[in-house]
Amino acid sequence: MAFIKCIDLSVGYEGKAVAEGLNFEVNEGDYLCIVGENGAGKSTLMKTMLHLTKIISGDIEYGDGLKPYEIGYLPQQTITQQDFPASVKEIVMSGNLSKLGLRPFYGKAERDEAKRNMKRMDIYDLRNKSFKNLSGGQKQRVLLARALCASTKLLVLDEPVSGLDPKVTADFYQLIKKLNDEGMTVIMVSHDIHEGLNDATHILHVTGKQLYFGEASKYADSEAYKILTSIELTKGDK
Amino acid sequence: MLHQLYEYLQYPFVRYAVIVGVLIALCSSLLGVTLVLKRYSFIGDGLSHVAFGALAIASIMKVTSTTLITMPITVIAAILLLKGGQSAKLKGDAAIAMISVASLAIGYMLMNVFSASANVSGDVCSTLFGSTSILTLKQSEVMICFILSIVVITVFVIFYNKIFGVTFDENFARATGVRAGAYNLLIAVIIAVIIVLGMNLVGSLLISALIIFPALSAMRLMRTFKSVTITSAIISVVCALLGIIISILYSTPTGSTIVCADMAVFLVCYVIDRVRTA
Ligand SMILES: Nc1ncnc2c1ncn2[C@@H]1O[C@H](COP(=O)(O)OP(=O)(O)O)[C@@H](O)[C@H]1O
Ligand SMILES: [Mg+2]
Repeated sequence: MAFIKCIDLSVGYEGKAVAEGLNFEVNEGDYLCIVGENGAGKSTLMKTMLHLTKIISGDIEYGDGLKPYEIGYLPQQTITQQDFPASVKEIVMSGNLSKLGLRPFYGKAERDEAKRNMKRMDIYDLRNKSFKNLSGGQKQRVLLARALCASTKLLVLDEPVSGLDPKVTADFYQLIKKLNDEGMTVIMVSHDIHEGLNDATHILHVTGKQLYFGEASKYADSEAYKILTSIELTKGDK
Repeated sequence: MLHQLYEYLQYPFVRYAVIVGVLIALCSSLLGVTLVLKRYSFIGDGLSHVAFGALAIASIMKVTSTTLITMPITVIAAILLLKGGQSAKLKGDAAIAMISVASLAIGYMLMNVFSASANVSGDVCSTLFGSTSILTLKQSEVMICFILSIVVITVFVIFYNKIFGVTFDENFARATGVRAGAYNLLIAVIIAVIIVLGMNLVGSLLISALIIFPALSAMRLMRTFKSVTITSAIISVVCALLGIIISILYSTPTGSTIVCADMAVFLVCYVIDRVRTA
């Protein structure tokens, strides 16, 4: 039994599919990279796995001890968060929200968990700083720490490095790799070929439908890879 | 002047009025940040017009306390507006504009046709801009306002962390299993209650100012959610107190005086922020 298993899944909005025929599974310890061009339906697939968007058809099964909401999510950047008055600590703490249940306030367990994850992400010194004054890389580490509070099992990251400079991007990939080595299962979305791809154990290539799913090591020999790289190449020519 | 104020404060009903005014100001500031950041201001605006219509109905029905009529109507409208704003098919802001204008028209119509009062335009005016003096509030209204204010503050404190989560990042909260829909509903209902309460103090046209100004001021000064919330509450209470005292001493309309104080504080905060970041 896998953490997440998608069976003939179609995802989309208001009854219309944007990506269909998805068949793949994510097992404990995997690092799945989802690639595909812009508008391919990657974010939509993520949101469907996270119960934010309704399934059009097919099914998603959660298993192997993973509860359906036990997922740490790092959303694709949104403008609304940019100007929000909140400290690093407040945001990381909110990753514990679902553990509160009917309790109104956080307890020692939640505070310790937030502290631990801030230290892991090397942002503990920034804990009282305002989120909106941080650099792009720092912001992503704050949101990652929040995601880590929400789940110790599975992380879902939607284009986490877009807009970051190469050095910060490389550091961020390192961080994800380390988390994966420590046993965290990772699903990461991106729209281009990048060095982070080397860390993945599995690749899912989506463009309206599923073009490839399998081990990362065999991806380079696939037809899908040629399509993706040819897009990259023509982009590079311009 | 202070002597005059002191004399006023000897009367219990003046003291109650001041206490209720301060409590209402406190309540109305609490959800300001959420309202601004969630882009819910439009709901606040729409609701205040609905509350005007509801108050018109209540006043021709001659109930002991108008709140008993305006409260349920406004709360139901809040729920409908929230649902409407979420559905993609119905254009949220157009629907709200329609409801707002319709409520105003119906409200004014009802007050004109059915009112037994000799001074209809005076009644309309005090509904829109608040009682000319907070001292004219009825004893029963003061009691209801007092109880509801306490309820709103308690609910806000209990759900503070959840309101933060749902305001900062609704999708994240939802993805971790937080029932964001239910909390959005709770927020909308609290806003409705606050609007009905605030109408007693500043009237339906000015209530949005009471909710939004302190939050905007606090956001200029503070950088964390907690400090913004607390600062906004302090600003709101101080402005209300100031407004009420000035309005008693100089017999100015209470609502406008409070809102003017809020506006002045906002200007000061704006300048401080500008100078600091320059
Ligand atoms: N909320 C929405 N309602 C309707 N269509 C949407 C919505 N969000 C995205 N889409 C459409 O769905 C398609 C896939 O979008 P998305 O999943 O965001 O692509 P990707 O993340 O792969 O770039 C796009 O054509 C986009 O326009
Ligand atoms: Mg996307």
